Amino acid sequence: MAGSRDTGEAAKDRAARAAEAAARASYGKLVAWLAAQTRDVAAAEDALAEAFASALETWPVKGMPRSPEAWLLAAARRRAIDASRRARTRSQAEREIVMRIEELEAEAGRDGVHGDERLGLIFACAHPAIDAGARAPLILQTILGFDAAAIASAFLVSPASMSQRLVRAKRKLRDAGIPFVVPEAAELPARLDAVLDAVYAVFTQGWADPAGVDPKSRGLTEEAIWLARLLTAILPEEPETAGLAALMLYAEARRGARRTPAGEFVPLSEQDTAAWDSALIDEAEALIHRAAAHRRPGRFQIEAAIQSAHANRRRTGVTDWLAIAGLYEALFALTGSVVVAINRAVAIGEASGPRAGLAALDEACDENRLAAYQPYWAARAELLARIGDVGAAHAAYDRAIGLESDPVLRRFLQDRQGALDRLP
Amino acid sequence: MQYLLMIYDDESAFAKAKPDDLGQLMAAYQAYTEALNASGVMVGANRLRDSSGATTVRVADGKTQVLDGPYAETKEQLGGYYLIDVPDLDAALSWAARCPGASTGIMEVRPIY
Repeated sequence: MAGSRDTGEAAKDRAARAAEAAARASYGKLVAWLAAQTRDVAAAEDALAEAFASALETWPVKGMPRSPEAWLLAAARRRAIDASRRARTRSQAEREIVMRIEELEAEAGRDGVHGDERLGLIFACAHPAIDAGARAPLILQTILGFDAAAIASAFLVSPASMSQRLVRAKRKLRDAGIPFVVPEAAELPARLDAVLDAVYAVFTQGWADPAGVDPKSRGLTEEAIWLARLLTAILPEEPETAGLAALMLYAEARRGARRTPAGEFVPLSEQDTAAWDSALIDEAEALIHRAAAHRRPGRFQIEAAIQSAHANRRRTGVTDWLAIAGLYEALFALTGSVVVAINRAVAIGEASGPRAGLAALDEACDENRLAAYQPYWAARAELLARIGDVGAAHAAYDRAIGLESDPVLRRFLQDRQGALDRLP
Repeated sequence: MQYLLMIYDDESAFAKAKPDDLGQLMAAYQAYTEALNASGVMVGANRLRDSSGATTVRVADGKTQVLDGPYAETKEQLGGYYLIDVPDLDAALSWAARCPGASTGIMEVRPIY
């Protein structure tokens, strides 16, 4: 838990993370640049793999080099030359990559690489021709340098099948002639949706580790925010990019408040607002205001507005559930998503009473289809408990507990269930 | 497709656990079992007695060898299993993650022939 570590350790930890972040950023830039020239992401990654691995080892200990990109390029060139000494015959692709590295090195000089091809690579990774399930993992690997095993853990799939999925996607990128560019204005909105979805998927995978116990997951939320800030900076005319960045910043601001010092779960409505990171909330507020000025609302802007309404409790001391229910209504009209329908029912339950909430839940949700969907059962249990239907609430809590994979949340639900017996 | 979810746990941790925590864990297992049933994926499940009750048998060169204790003396021992029927490995992994054993020990997921 925070505070239990001495500050020297914390500072060292911060420096190590900064070095790692710099290594990933420079690596992503170089992979994007090489891949944009050759269209071969796998070859670009191969060329830089060892250099990147040794950067991850060296920089956190010895400090960052003056020009991280020049350092990586020099290391990649040394490795390529060593490899060519060992094997006399080399493929055309390898020769081309080495040539490009030397070209890039000459151009980069001491200040690093000019120009940023990462956005083009992100759009290629989230291209409609790429399997939707592979897009976020592909971005994590090519832009951020995460290995397949780490990505597999985050997405809860087997490392072997994640590797396969990534290899197939990269082959598709190369063979299908998918362009590494930001699409034209007419095409941009639809294509941008896929990019934002992928970035948000990166975030939610990291967020699903609420205790923050897995350092890799903790990294994922930060990386997703970093990607969203990058997109917002490059595409300031697209309000949804700012909406997504704001949405994630609001959530990140509450990270520390999600647990008591003893490690117990604290639901959003019971969190101490003083424990929220006000700098992140302020940044998020500024982003959604700027986005709203475009008068082109979208899914992420509405979701960010919902978070903004929750965040407002830090000023007013109360949550405006009526406003939140209205925003979920708008979001449901836009997406038709059952996840949204469940959240809407919870908000209605808070604004207009548990019976209204249950009615909204029953109307929108098919219990058979949601047999294995934990949030449905948790929401249902809370609403049933509030109308005093102890038996049904008990059963619904049982389902929610049985479907929960986070032990801390499981404990929270068990405590709520236990409290049923003490109801008047 | 059927998958066997094997629960490997540290038995000594259970022996030392407080009755309250143990009660909560058992309730969590019960809820998990019910969730598997309600979702229509359950094929079978059993809890095993401690590995101190295990005996191994092997026939080598025509001679039987009987030994006390489990096959491998490791910290985590097989404590039980769930046999489930789900469409693919991804679904099996999701169910494995929900098992209380995934947070107290480790789950091994194996497809059935």
